[in-house]
Amino acid sequence: MPSYWLYIGIFLAVAVAFPIIAVSLPSLISPHKPSRRKQEVYECGIETEGDIRVQFKSQYYIYSLIFLVFDIETVFLFPWAVSLGELPLFAVVEGVIFIIILFAGLIYAMRKGALTWI
Amino acid sequence: MADLINVIESWLYNLIVGWGASQGLAQFILQVLGSVLVVILCFVIVIALIWVERKLAGRIQDRFGPNRAGPYGIFQSFADIIKIFTKEYVTPTGADKGLFNIAPVLAMASVLAIWAVFPFAINVIGADISVGVLYIVAIGSFGILAILMAGWSSNNRFALLGASRSVAMLISYEIPMVISLLIPVLLAKSMNLSAIIDAQRPWWFLIVAPIAALFFLISSMAEIGKAPFDLLEAESELVAGYHTEYSGMKFGMFYVAEFLHQYTVGALMTIFFLGGWSGPLAATWPILGVIYFFTKTFIVYLMISWIRLSLPRIRIDEMLNLNWKFLIPVSFLNLIMVAVADRVLMELDPARWIYVGVMFVLSMALLLTSLFVAGKTKPAVERVEFPPRAVAVSPQSDRSKS
Repeated sequence: MPSYWLYIGIFLAVAVAFPIIAVSLPSLISPHKPSRRKQEVYECGIETEGDIRVQFKSQYYIYSLIFLVFDIETVFLFPWAVSLGELPLFAVVEGVIFIIILFAGLIYAMRKGALTWI
Repeated sequence: MADLINVIESWLYNLIVGWGASQGLAQFILQVLGSVLVVILCFVIVIALIWVERKLAGRIQDRFGPNRAGPYGIFQSFADIIKIFTKEYVTPTGADKGLFNIAPVLAMASVLAIWAVFPFAINVIGADISVGVLYIVAIGSFGILAILMAGWSSNNRFALLGASRSVAMLISYEIPMVISLLIPVLLAKSMNLSAIIDAQRPWWFLIVAPIAALFFLISSMAEIGKAPFDLLEAESELVAGYHTEYSGMKFGMFYVAEFLHQYTVGALMTIFFLGGWSGPLAATWPILGVIYFFTKTFIVYLMISWIRLSLPRIRIDEMLNLNWKFLIPVSFLNLIMVAVADRVLMELDPARWIYVGVMFVLSMALLLTSLFVAGKTKPAVERVEFPPRAVAVSPQSDRSKS
């Protein structure tokens, strides 16, 4: 029903507006005295040196890649799960085959060593 | 008296229409009022929850919690809020100003927006959309984005590393959470939250699908960063974390978002597995439904706090191995088992208690088998036992050697 989505739009606007108000309200009361020492980036008390954007560990990328595959798989499984009651019995077998194919992909990634955090 | 909220709503509606507004405008004003009320309710609930958590933590750790700021310390949260309000916002040099300021707002907004679709009683629902579960999964992922934004824009390499590790953990644990959410959807044949609660009328899904409830609880505890998946908070204590460069109310937003997320996870757990607002007489008296909903949510919140205060932290590689090598395979096997059992039993059409009994027995068999198999596998990192060695003895007087 369209009015439900309007409510969600209103709720999202309110949910974004409230933290913005809550974060901007203390600016009226709190002090604002920036100094060079206060604004130094924290590195356990010593001066920061070197490049801030350090070299990226490649394992993060591999985890994100595998997450992407399984996340899209779960999105595909939602309509299957919802309509399982109306489909014939063979639909269960089809869905199970789909899950097993991706499950085999997970086992392959596991055996290849892609899921080890070094 | 029983239908209090709807009585107030229709009285306000007639009042606004009586002032000359059209029907659509009156509806719009009521919806704005309702959403503002729910958001304020969330903030008020968090204030009470922080006090409960701190008192509970004190008692479990054999000490008093806060007890100075009022009788039994109930004004401690208010004192903390007033203090956080008056702190200065220190932005580090070189920080990306736009992202730096958006991140706490996004962290809070992503948790608040989940409350739009919750059914509090039989006819007290914000938005009864037919894809409620998908909406919850989609909005819940925005908090992860906020963590990455906070870590990246702080111009601090420790914050960036902490944020990257946190995000790697959070996205990994999202998959068993979504698969465990698929199982109530499968059993109720609908993504609508009210339909899922209606499908739990005789038997809660906690009994019909216990593995899904357990894995949903575990992965949600990882999603909110509570122990033993404390990585998000531990980084703050040890080196730094994604919110190290934040001060004042911006940090307050991250803090409040964490507690609210824990309560929201409790609410999701009650809706999907504990029957939501259902209970004795809740269908005829909606106010009772609201009471049941918040009571069950609070019980799950206490359980999460209890687990958090009892267990130590686990390492990042143990955490990720647990997810990818135990939770995800067993979740998939559970999904296959529930789908096959549900469809086959639907063909046979037995009595309700036989259905529930068969599903429960199958789930327990799967859980015990998977725990047994997991116990047999060798750990990824071999634990080396060092032989006992005298360390505080000088070499001359150490006669055990030579």
